[in-house]
Amino acid sequence: MRSLNANSGRQVAATRCSATVGRPFARSGSDPLGGVPILTADQQGRADEEIVGRVAIRGVSKRFGDVTALDDFTLEVADEEFLVLLGPSGCGKSTALRIIAGLEEPTEGTIEIGDRQVNDVEAKDRDVAMVFQSYALYPHMTVRRNVEFPLKTRRVPTAERNRLVQEAASILGLEDLLERKPAQLSGGQRQRVALARAIVRRPQAFLMDEPLSNLDAKLRVQTRAELVELRRRLRATIVYVTHDQVEAMTMGDRIAILDHGVLQQVGASQDVYARPANLFVARFIGNPPMNTVTGDVTRAGGGIGVQIPGSVVELPGALGAAVQSRSLKRVVLGVRPEDLTLDDGGPIKATVSVIESLGHERHVICRLEDGQLLIVRQAANVSPPAEESEIRLAADAARLHVFDAESEERVNA
Amino acid sequence: MSTPVDAMVGAGSGEPAAAVPSPRRRRFSRGVREAGLGYLLLLPAFLIFSVFIFYPFFRNFYLGFFSTPPFPGQPKNYVGLDQYKDVLTSSEFLDSLKVTVIFAVITVPVGIALGILLAVLAHQKLKGVGIYRAFFSSTVATSIAVASVIFGTLLSPQVGLLQGIQTEPSILQNPDPIINISLPVIRSFIPSVALTAVAVTTIWQNLGLSFILMSAGLQAVPDELQEAAEIDGAGPWTRFWNVTLPLLSPTIFFAFVVGSIFAFQTFGQIDLLTPRGGPLKTTNVLTYYIYDQLQFSKNDGKAAVLAIALFGVTLLLTLIQFQFLERRVSYER
Repeated sequence: MRSLNANSGRQVAATRCSATVGRPFARSGSDPLGGVPILTADQQGRADEEIVGRVAIRGVSKRFGDVTALDDFTLEVADEEFLVLLGPSGCGKSTALRIIAGLEEPTEGTIEIGDRQVNDVEAKDRDVAMVFQSYALYPHMTVRRNVEFPLKTRRVPTAERNRLVQEAASILGLEDLLERKPAQLSGGQRQRVALARAIVRRPQAFLMDEPLSNLDAKLRVQTRAELVELRRRLRATIVYVTHDQVEAMTMGDRIAILDHGVLQQVGASQDVYARPANLFVARFIGNPPMNTVTGDVTRAGGGIGVQIPGSVVELPGALGAAVQSRSLKRVVLGVRPEDLTLDDGGPIKATVSVIESLGHERHVICRLEDGQLLIVRQAANVSPPAEESEIRLAADAARLHVFDAESEERVNA
Repeated sequence: MSTPVDAMVGAGSGEPAAAVPSPRRRRFSRGVREAGLGYLLLLPAFLIFSVFIFYPFFRNFYLGFFSTPPFPGQPKNYVGLDQYKDVLTSSEFLDSLKVTVIFAVITVPVGIALGILLAVLAHQKLKGVGIYRAFFSSTVATSIAVASVIFGTLLSPQVGLLQGIQTEPSILQNPDPIINISLPVIRSFIPSVALTAVAVTTIWQNLGLSFILMSAGLQAVPDELQEAAEIDGAGPWTRFWNVTLPLLSPTIFFAFVVGSIFAFQTFGQIDLLTPRGGPLKTTNVLTYYIYDQLQFSKNDGKAAVLAIALFGVTLLLTLIQFQFLERRVSYER
């Protein structure tokens, strides 16, 4: 059933004049479409091998004059995967999305959607839907006309169109707003209209460009949950661009982190958090960010240690061996705030600078001898140290991260 | 006059009100004072408008009540509304009105359509497109006199570039309809060759402004809307009709109303290209007719009536446009 319907989606992409649109929302169990796609036996036969909704970017570079927005970017998004492109502003994540959508042409490299290479396919024929940061609703059209626009351009018959619009509206709770214009809607409602317009024709993939960033904090949390639910219902392939790591960590199956147009790391959110591939990822993921201190490699207590201002931190055996085997002289030691504890026997000497209480937890901000700051995350029920007091800190040895100071690559296995 | 503050102080403190320094009493309330200031600031503009617009307008209306004597020096006759009736029902006036309307009907929509076309063409992210923008808007910097000289020369039977296709009589002296239709009713609404030539000159001269207006309107259409439409499966033509044009409609409406008013006031190119109302008066638009009555016939009474008629027609047309066209304009953003 699943790949059978999926095939019908691809079939539509290939034959533009077809009246059926995309694939049904749920691919198993009850069929809300009432069995729209009807396949020939031949199509069903081939359906099982189809890889639909897959998006592959291979060796894509994009240069605007002297500026390189994307550099040899390769990424594969599996069918039904929710992949988040994460990075600071200007890192190339939106460019990547626009290249997939067909709004920009890559300078080099190939784009595949489903099982066809789409470099020479116009945006309107790529069978993807996009949700813009600004929502990009047509201001002169009612909600109904906005949602049905992608169906109209594909010449879906009126009765079919009305049914699909009604269905998308009911999924997103827009039934009562269909005759309103975008200007009469709140930010959250506009956002839902933009989503409805995207899902109404069941494209092979959804592209979302910071769709939550124009919402206020409370609405963002709510909409985030709704999006995850919607995604489960659609079982669609989604490429989602954001600079918000909370969105990335909570929503994505995998996160792809970009910086300066270069892919830094791809992986499940826990993986990326626990094993950042380089210093950029280590510092970018996590809030408060990972503490990083640069120091010389030295001998300590029969093993290998790192000399940081005022202290020597001993590395566990395997990590020490890894540092030694690469004959590194200088490394960056990283430790997440929750992996640092106040411990009178700890190796790191520091002075308490500021204590920030967040209610459920506390951030103890400490100064090293040379003024570098370390953040310690403390549970609210532990008694806090006095400000300006001298303390000692211990780092969880199993959760130490070591990066080559020169290449900034991760040293841990 | 007791303010609420006085009352509160007097009642609440238990002390005699005189002990509290009372606020300075003013003769007028704050609202009245602000309105007064507003009117005062409006006064200079009102005076200028009165002297140069309102007074001449009413004086003109009054002038229309007097018929101008056939010989100078004789006293004017008060004829009241009779002169209005006579002039406004004369075939000369109706012919002139017809010429004016035909002229506007040609120049305004064609000018706007060409402006949109050029604006859409120049609204591309292409290298060197700025040069085209400069070309397209250049006629703004051309005065109507210059435009008339250019077209007068082009159309001149002696030296013009178009002399090869010149007929007898030459283009600017040709009163024949531009399209030869034998049905007399329709034929009377077909512009003459001369009027068409003047209209083309006018369209060319207005094109720069039309292009700039439409370009500005296009700039206000977010690129993301075009991109969204593209991803929604719309080709260039669908995008133009469903996204660009509706969002441009406020600009188009503005250009339509203002363009119509300008078209009804066209004078320079008519006078320069086809003097004395053109061949068989086929370019005798209302403004030229007024000028003709004043300058050559020295009939200021009749000219006054015509001027009022021009005002009335323009006002009526604008009201009709607001009534029927503005409904189709979408101002939402």
